[in-house]
Amino acid sequence: MPVFNQSRSRVIQFIFAGVFIAITGQLINLQLFSGQYKLAADNNAFYRKVIYPDRGIIFDRKKRGILENTISYDLVVIPSEARGTDTMTLCRLLNIDTAAYKKRMRDLIFKNTSVKPSVFEALLTPEMFAKLNENMYRFPGFSLNERSVRTYPYNVGAAVLGYMAEVDTGFLRRHKGEGYEMGDYFGSTGLENIYEKVLMGQRGIKRYIRDNKGRLQGSWENGAYDTAAVAGNNLYSSIDVELQELGEKLMQNKVGSIVAINPKTGGILCMVSAPTYNPNYLTGNQRKKHLVDMLYFDPRLPLLNRTVGTFYSPGSTFKTMVGIIGMNEGVIDDNFTVSCGGAYYGCGRPMGCHAAGTFTLKPAISKSCNSYFAATYRRILENGKYPNRDSALSSFNQYAYSFGLGRRLGVDLPSEKMGNMPTPKYYHGIFGKNWQSCNIISNSIGQGEITTTLTQLANVMAIIANKGWYYTPHLIDSIEGGDEFSMLDKFKIKHKTKEIPEYVWEEVHEGMQGTMEFGTGFYAKVPGINVCGKTGTVENAYRGEKLKDHAFFGAFAPRENPRIAIAVMCENAGYGATSAAPIASLLIEKYLKDSISGNDRKAKIEQLAKMDLIPPQMKRQMAKRDSLRQAQQMAAAKKAARDTSGVQEAPEEMETESTPTKPNPAKTPKKDSGRTAAVLPEELRKSTTVKRKTAA
Amino acid sequence: MNRRNQNIVTQGVDYVVIWLYAILVAIGILCIFMVEYRPETDWLASFLDGKTSYSKQLIFAGVCAIAATFILLTDSKLFTAFANLFYLFGILLMIATFAIGKNINGSKSWIPLAGGFNLQPAELCKIFVSLALAKYLSRQEIDFSKIRSQLVAGAIALAPAVLSILQHELGLALVYTSFVIAMYREGLPAQILIVGSSFGALVVATLILEPNVLAVILTMIAAAVIFVLRKQIKKKKGLLTIIITIWLVCVGVQRFVVPYIFNNVLECYQSTRIYSMVGKEYNCEDNKRAQDKSTSNKTVRKPDDYNVRQSKIAIGSGGFFGRGFLKGTQTRGKYVPEQRTDFIFTSLGEAFGFVGCFVFLLLYLFLLYRIVMIAERQRSTFSRVYAYSVVSIFFFHIAVNVSMTIGLFPIVGIPLPLMSYGGSSLLTFTVLIFILLRLDADRQMVLR
Repeated sequence: MPVFNQSRSRVIQFIFAGVFIAITGQLINLQLFSGQYKLAADNNAFYRKVIYPDRGIIFDRKKRGILENTISYDLVVIPSEARGTDTMTLCRLLNIDTAAYKKRMRDLIFKNTSVKPSVFEALLTPEMFAKLNENMYRFPGFSLNERSVRTYPYNVGAAVLGYMAEVDTGFLRRHKGEGYEMGDYFGSTGLENIYEKVLMGQRGIKRYIRDNKGRLQGSWENGAYDTAAVAGNNLYSSIDVELQELGEKLMQNKVGSIVAINPKTGGILCMVSAPTYNPNYLTGNQRKKHLVDMLYFDPRLPLLNRTVGTFYSPGSTFKTMVGIIGMNEGVIDDNFTVSCGGAYYGCGRPMGCHAAGTFTLKPAISKSCNSYFAATYRRILENGKYPNRDSALSSFNQYAYSFGLGRRLGVDLPSEKMGNMPTPKYYHGIFGKNWQSCNIISNSIGQGEITTTLTQLANVMAIIANKGWYYTPHLIDSIEGGDEFSMLDKFKIKHKTKEIPEYVWEEVHEGMQGTMEFGTGFYAKVPGINVCGKTGTVENAYRGEKLKDHAFFGAFAPRENPRIAIAVMCENAGYGATSAAPIASLLIEKYLKDSISGNDRKAKIEQLAKMDLIPPQMKRQMAKRDSLRQAQQMAAAKKAARDTSGVQEAPEEMETESTPTKPNPAKTPKKDSGRTAAVLPEELRKSTTVKRKTAA
Repeated sequence: MNRRNQNIVTQGVDYVVIWLYAILVAIGILCIFMVEYRPETDWLASFLDGKTSYSKQLIFAGVCAIAATFILLTDSKLFTAFANLFYLFGILLMIATFAIGKNINGSKSWIPLAGGFNLQPAELCKIFVSLALAKYLSRQEIDFSKIRSQLVAGAIALAPAVLSILQHELGLALVYTSFVIAMYREGLPAQILIVGSSFGALVVATLILEPNVLAVILTMIAAAVIFVLRKQIKKKKGLLTIIITIWLVCVGVQRFVVPYIFNNVLECYQSTRIYSMVGKEYNCEDNKRAQDKSTSNKTVRKPDDYNVRQSKIAIGSGGFFGRGFLKGTQTRGKYVPEQRTDFIFTSLGEAFGFVGCFVFLLLYLFLLYRIVMIAERQRSTFSRVYAYSVVSIFFFHIAVNVSMTIGLFPIVGIPLPLMSYGGSSLLTFTVLIFILLRLDADRQMVLR
C-alpha cells in the first residue's frame, strides 16, 4: 500500500493548530478583555445583604430608656424573581387586591429596578408575620427581613424624640456615599434626626453566594469579606421622663408648650409641645397613614414642635428683661417710680394696665405694671448716652442677643426658629428714619414686633436664675463611646450676658418672687419653695378677629439655688395666672420634690388636665374636617351603591366651595405671627382637597 | 511466565498517550467534583456513598481501566478480523434502540442496562465505524481515488449518522462527518474540503450580512477575479463560464438554499441556536417544522441563548488566573446548565482562568499530534486509517465542544472527550485509544 498522501498529515496538523489558535483567541477575548463577564458573574452569584445594626437608645437623666428598639419584619421582594408567586394568597394575607399588588410591583420596579430587593410591605404586624412566615414557600422572590424598629416605652416625647421615615430618592441624592439604600429608614425629625449619625451605627454587609434559582448557597469565602454591623451609640439625655409625662398630661386639651431647663447645665428637663401624639403611632406599618392624617388633616398640627418651631410675642415675661436693661443702663434705679392710673398715657393712645398704683421696679414686676415698663423702655430709647434712638435700640438689642434672643439658640433639635428682635433698620422700613419711641412702645411689654420661641424664653429665665450666664439649652448630655462628631462641644461653652451687677439681678429676683407671693402669680405658689416667676398675657387676633389672650408663665426655682427654669405657654387660654402658672408650679414641685404632695395639689393636676383650652377656631376646623370626612364616607358609600361617577362629583364641588374664604396668613397683623403656624396654610388645604378628590 | 506475559503486553505501548489519557480523565473527575461540590456537605461521605457524579465517574474510570487492560491483552489481529462484524453489531444495536430505547432528554438513543446505567449505542458505533472504515480502506483492491470507493467509504461513515438523526441526536450524527479528515488523509480530493469549507463560510456570511449586501459583495469579488484573470480568460473562454457559474451558485446558495435549510430542514430551536451565535434572533414563525408543530400542539416554547450566555459568563469570569479550585461562583450556583456533561469546560475555565484553559488545550493538542505521529509511523494501512479516524473523532469533539462553550459554535450536545461525565462516552474514547495503542504496539507486524 503506497503512502502517497503523507504531505496531507501536515495539512491536518495545520488544521488542528488553526482551530486551536481560534479557540485560544476567543478565550483571550472572553477571559482577558471582557470585564463584563466578571461583572455578570458577580451579579449572578452574589447576594449582598445589609445587616442593620441596632439604633442607639436614648436614655433620660435617670438612665431610663425613653426610645428603644424592638424587632419587626419587612416583606422584601426581588421583582424579577417573583414570577410564579401565588399572588392571590399573598394579596389575601396582606389584605390588598391584585390591582394594588400589580401597582406596587410596577412602582418598585420603576423606583429600584426589578433585580434589586425592595421593601414590598414594611413593618408587618405580628399576626401578619406569622401568617406570611408559614406560607413563604409559595412566594418565590419574596423574603422576610428582620429589622429593628423604634419603640417609645413611655409613650411621651414625640416632638422631642422624633420619628423615622423611609428614605426617598431625594434623600439618597443628598446623602450619597453614606451607605443609605432604598427602603432604609432615617431619623426624620427631633433627636432621631439631629443625632442620626450617632444613632444609626454602622451597617454590616454580608455576601452570600446564590444559585441559579436565587437560593443562598452559603457565605462567600466564609465571610472573609463581610463587615460586621456596629450598633449605634446610646444617648444620655437630660430629659426627666416623669416630668415629661406630667407635662404632657397637664397640657392635654390645650395648645401650647412647656420647656424646663436645668439652669446649671443648660440641659432641658422636659419639653412638651401640645397637642402631641403617642410617638409609637409613627412606628408600625400604619405609620404613613397616621403621618398623613396628622400632617395634613389635623388642624391642631400635632407634628409641629411648638417649643422651637413657632415663635410668639413673649408678653409680660419680657418685662423682666426691660427692667434689667433699664437698671444696667442707668436710666432707672430702685427708687424710680411710675404712677399708673389704669393705663399708660405717655404716647397719646392709652395702653391698658392690670393694676393701678405707684410702683418701683420690684412691685412693677410683681404686679406686671405696663406703665412702668413703657416708661422704662422709653427712657432706654431716649438715653442721652447714645447719639440717637437707632443706636439706643441697637444697644438694647445687644443685650437681647446676649440673652439668646433674636438668634437661633442652637438647641439640638431641627428647624429651630430664631424669633425676632427688631433692628433700627427694620423700623426704618415701617416708620421711616424718624421713628419715635412711641411707635414701638408695645415692645416694652413684650408685644409688638418682638417675638421669641418658648425655649428662648425658658433660657431667659435660666439666665436670670444664673444671674448672667447660660449654657445653650440642649437635650443630649453625653454620647456613649464618646462624642465622635463633636456634636456636644457647643453645649459646653458658657455664654455670658453683658456685664450686669449683682444688685440688678437681686432686684429682679425680688420682684419675681413677689409675683408668686402677692402678685399675678399668686395662684401658682409652690408650698415650701421660693419660686421666682413672671406671668404674661399676650393679646392676639386671628384673621382680624380678636381672640382670647395667650397665657405665658416663666419661672425659676428655688431662688437661692436655682435648679429649674421653666417657661409655659397656653395658646388662647386667657389670663396667664389660671393655666400656665399653675402648670409651671406643679412641674417645679414635681422636679424639686420628686412628687406632688397634698391632695388638693393632686386634684389640681386632674383639674388642669381636664381643662379644655383648644382655641375655638381650631375646634371649628376640626368639626369641619370631621363632617367633611363623614360626607366623604357618605359619598363613597353612595358611589359604591350606585356605582356611577356623576353622583360623586356633586358633593365634591360643594366641598371645595365650602372651604373658607381666603385665609391669608401673610396679611394678618404682625402681632399674630405667633399663631399663623397653628392654622392650616392655604396651599396645604388645597392640596389635601385635591388629594381627597383623587382618593375618593 | 508472568513476567514474560507482562513484557508481551507492555512491549511497544506508547506510554505518552497513556499518561495523557490518565491526566485528562483525572482532570475530568476533578472538574465534575467542582461542579457537584457543596461546602456544607461532607464531600468524603457523599463520595463514598457512590451517589454523586464524581464517584460514579470514578467507577466508570475503573471499568474503563479494566476494559483498557483487556484490550491491551488481546491480539491486534482480532480487530482486523472482526471489524466488519463489529460494525454490523453496532448498526443492529442502533436499530434495536428504536425498539427498546429509553427516552432521556428528548432523544431516544439510550439502552437501559442493569444498575441504573444506560448505554448510548451511537457513542460505541464510533469505534465500529473507525474499524470498519480502516478495514475497508486497507483492502488490497481498493483504489480510493475512484468515486465508487469514496462513496462506499462515505456510506460506511454516514449510516450510523442517519440513524442518530432519526434518534434526535444531531450532535452525535455530526461527529460522523469528522471521518472526512481520515478519508482526506487517504486521498479524498481536496476539492471536497475546499467546497465544504467555502459553503460553510458562505452560510456564515449569509447569517451575518444582509442578503443584498452579500450579493453585491459576491458580485464585486467575481468582477475582481474576472479583472485579474482577464488575460487568461482571453486565452481560455471556459474560465469565464466557470467563474460566472460559481458566482451564480454562490448567490443562489445565499438567496435560496440557506433560508431553505433554516426554515425547512432544521428544527426551530436549531435555527435559533445558530442565529444566536451571530447575535441575531431567529423568527420561529418562518420555520416550517415549527408551524407544523404549532398546529398540533400550541405550546412552542421560545428558546433563548441562556446556555451560551451563562457558559460565556462562567468562562469569562475566570479571568487570567481563574477564581481558584472550588471557588467558582457560577459553578457553585449551578448557573450553567448541563455543566457536568457538555459544559464541563466552563468549570475549568472559571476555576483556573485563561492559564488553566490554555494548558488544558495544549494537553489536548499534544494528544492529537501524538496520535497523528503514531498514525504516520504505522506500516499497515488499517492501523493508519484507524489512527486517523481516532484523531478525527477526538479533534471534532474537542473543537466543537470547546467552541460551543465559548460561543464560537452553535450548541450541539456532544461531550468533551475523557472529561465530560458519562460512562458511554468515557468508555468509547478509552476503547478508541487503547485499540490504537494495541495496534501501535504491534506495528512491527505487517497487518492489512
